[in-house]
Amino acid sequence: MTDLAPAPARTRPSRRPSALLRGGRPGVVLAAGVLAVAVVACLLAPLLWPLDQSAVDLVRTRLAPSPEHLAGTDDLGRDVALRSLYGLRVSLLVGAVAALVATVIGGLVGAVAGTVGGRVDRALMRVVDTIAALPHLLLGIFIVAMLRPSLGAVIASIALTHWLSTARIVRSELLSLRSRPFIDAAISGGASRARVLTRHLLPHVLPRLALATTLMVPHAVWHETALSFLGLGLPPHLASIGNMINDGQRSLLTGAWWASIVPGLALVTVTLALAALTGRWRDRLDPRVRAELQL
Amino acid sequence: MTTTVDDPTGPPDSAAVTPTGLAAHQITVHFGRQRVLDRVDLHIAPGETVGLRGPSGSGKSTLARVLALLHAPDSGRVALDGRPVGGVRYRVPAAVRTRVAILFQSPRAASDPRLSLADLIAAPLRATGTPTAETTARTAELADLVGLTSDLLTRRPHAVSDGQLQRACLARALAHRPDHLLCDEATAMLDASTQAHVAAVVTDYQRRHSAGVLLITHDPALLARWATRVVDLPGAAVDPPARPPTR
Repeated sequence: MTDLAPAPARTRPSRRPSALLRGGRPGVVLAAGVLAVAVVACLLAPLLWPLDQSAVDLVRTRLAPSPEHLAGTDDLGRDVALRSLYGLRVSLLVGAVAALVATVIGGLVGAVAGTVGGRVDRALMRVVDTIAALPHLLLGIFIVAMLRPSLGAVIASIALTHWLSTARIVRSELLSLRSRPFIDAAISGGASRARVLTRHLLPHVLPRLALATTLMVPHAVWHETALSFLGLGLPPHLASIGNMINDGQRSLLTGAWWASIVPGLALVTVTLALAALTGRWRDRLDPRVRAELQL
Repeated sequence: MTTTVDDPTGPPDSAAVTPTGLAAHQITVHFGRQRVLDRVDLHIAPGETVGLRGPSGSGKSTLARVLALLHAPDSGRVALDGRPVGGVRYRVPAAVRTRVAILFQSPRAASDPRLSLADLIAAPLRATGTPTAETTARTAELADLVGLTSDLLTRRPHAVSDGQLQRACLARALAHRPDHLLCDEATAMLDASTQAHVAAVVTDYQRRHSAGVLLITHDPALLARWATRVVDLPGAAVDPPARPPTR
């Protein structure tokens, strides 16, 4: 028999979101930069460039991009760049709030299904399957149609259609954690059900939950845009990406492409940056799952 | 068919008269259609070391989990000092729970990756509401017992070796001064010196507390040196599913 030295300490990549930027992959840094600029611009917009939502200037309609109007004007003479910024502001706000609400609903349903188990679990998961079988947008339209058009209606429409994946994630995480030996060890040490849940199960689920929330924001933003594009989202005079793309269509044939292309590009750029960053975060959290969007 | 695997010839000291110790009576466990344990009896008296061996899949670990009150058998019961234990997992009375401890094969799987080694060792004490000052003192005492230095105690499981982590798990298992320690291949993953150290700590603890030890191992040398008696589990009660012939 030989005396074996203890193995050296192991290291592994940090799981913190902030660690993503270290080691600077150009794509990741670019995505973070785009997102930072967009968020700061959206936050500061009302202070720097106040916008009168109903201001119409029928003399200066469909002006091409120029130093005065960076992205031109639409068919009512409104500045497209400024309205895109305000549209993005609304979209990101709605997206973030809706994703949070959806996470709370999904997290609760998943936690109950994953910890209570048995008949409750089966019943809840059948409800999830049933709702998941319906097309998202159709269900979302049904929900906004029942409510008065408002910010709250749009958020409800997104949250009530997007909590399903979160519920499934939380449930399956809890089920796989529950059978891990360290849970047995905790029980053997005398831990109660509540203690195991709060000290050993939930802390492991929370990073997943945070990730699921951020991954959901781009989806929520697109859902809001789709609803507004169909005229079911925010009231038409409010700047919203969906409203602007819809309005801009009319100008397309006259050659004023900027009225719908610019807000569309703004939406695509920001949501792609968000998706890329969260995808990278997911890779760090669980290298077994490959991100769909590699940077 | 009744499979009685406990050695009927040598009941240790007065165990036959006053049934002290941890006992499994007629334990049967199924996993799906597979019968893992078929009416198994096992008794661990205070101070004795019962070796448990058997081929892979014979239900050694399952029996240990049943004895540790972590798995409800399909039939049969577990008794502590002659009194049957009601409930399993969360439903075990605290007075019973703290008297039986289990040490798993993989310390890595058995430790919460978020906790430092000190928190790991203190977890059972905190779970049963031990005052903070007492928990701190007892944790230091346990760490000293298993030979963990204080700089290791602040590390998380991923930053220590298997041997160091298993020592922390042993300290955690001994936190409540259990009367019975179930070692499920607890030294199989360790290097020789750590193995010897863990064995020494367990034997020392056993002598001082006259604790009963269940020793599950494939290592004949360990059984020969340590076990008071050895119990054999027969192979899998049901043939494993037929595998297609490989070319």
